[in-house]
Amino acid sequence: MEVSRQALPPRPHGAGNSTQLDPPALAVREHAASQLLRGAPLEGPSRPVHLPETDLDEGELERHVRERTLTTTLDRAVAWARSNSFFPLAFGLACCAMEQFQTAGPRMDIARFGFEAFRASPRQADLIILAGRVSIKMAPIIRRLYDQMLEPKWAISMGACCSSMGVFNNYALVPADKFMPIEVHVPGCPPRPEALMHGVLKLRKMVQDDPDLGWRERYDARGTEEVLPAPGAAAAVNVPLGGDTAGA
Amino acid sequence: MPDAAELELIAHELRGALGRGDADAATPVAETVHFRGRATLTVEAAQIRAVLGLLRERGYRFMASLHGVDYHPAEPRLGVLYELLDMERVDRITVRLRVPCDAPEVDSVTGEWPTANHQEREVYDMFGVRFRGHPELRRILMPEDYEGHPQRRDFPLGGEPVSFTFNEGELPR
Repeated sequence: MEVSRQALPPRPHGAGNSTQLDPPALAVREHAASQLLRGAPLEGPSRPVHLPETDLDEGELERHVRERTLTTTLDRAVAWARSNSFFPLAFGLACCAMEQFQTAGPRMDIARFGFEAFRASPRQADLIILAGRVSIKMAPIIRRLYDQMLEPKWAISMGACCSSMGVFNNYALVPADKFMPIEVHVPGCPPRPEALMHGVLKLRKMVQDDPDLGWRERYDARGTEEVLPAPGAAAAVNVPLGGDTAGA
Repeated sequence: MPDAAELELIAHELRGALGRGDADAATPVAETVHFRGRATLTVEAAQIRAVLGLLRERGYRFMASLHGVDYHPAEPRLGVLYELLDMERVDRITVRLRVPCDAPEVDSVTGEWPTANHQEREVYDMFGVRFRGHPELRRILMPEDYEGHPQRRDFPLGGEPVSFTFNEGELPR
């Protein structure tokens, strides 16, 4: 069988543009357009060697802008990047943690959204999923973990126990809202992995739309950063405001 | 399980070994209950170490559990139960003692039964029974600075009012 190779016919240009350019010349002119957009002069080292002349017609520049550039604000770009790469803390408290593991399993596959990097250290995490019961003995430890996470940080309360204490509303437990700010509550006892994924995607939407989320005002929670001990002091104390803050 | 007759034999043996002889004085075994195949000896709190020692000589060499009960409003309120097991005969017996709420003092059996160490701490934590001679009697489940003994029946159930959307503004933060 004989195989023959042919050059593709040149692509048609815009309707108003009647001049036919061969692909190398088109690439040169588009490079010139991108240089112009950056504000660089078309002389000196930035000048393409093959550029015959610098006159670009208006339609060509406009087409380049329409096809090759995307404008947005820096805040939205940063929020987009953050919301697509949560680093959850590898942390489980009770039976909800079993369902939390399954979100990383093949059925839910949290890696589809870029959240699969469960970190073992709060210093490297920006999302804490409270999966299970929080006893009053555990609450200070969780708060310490949360304070050690670097800004920006988010928290998901997973399951009935952590949000409203569920069937364990007694002397031993404390709801997570009492000691730290929570962005998303996922109901269920325990929630299925689908429900947790729904909660995580809700959080992603919140981060994309409004990076601030306003919870610091809502919870009166300015200064939830870890307070390092003063020189000579015994241990770190986590108190709101006052003193030097690290990791803010 | 020892049947009812054997339970009475055990009680008789304990009374003979530990009792003072006269019928009116407090005997080590106050009551025997054989209910639904379950044998229970209620003994004097002061004699618990001697009673458990004699039962161990009879073959009950394994302490399966040690736990507390609050019999409120009956008096004396607090109870401590020792579940013993004879692994060779697969035979179980329950030893129970009662202590009043205002002076909940029992001898620790940790020396003879090392498994009782953490379980006595749990009974102390939840019911406030103090075990004399325990090597490290402090709370095991609740925080160290917790006040009260939460499994007592007169302890308030506790819990927190939960903030939902409809009452978000009403609850104190």
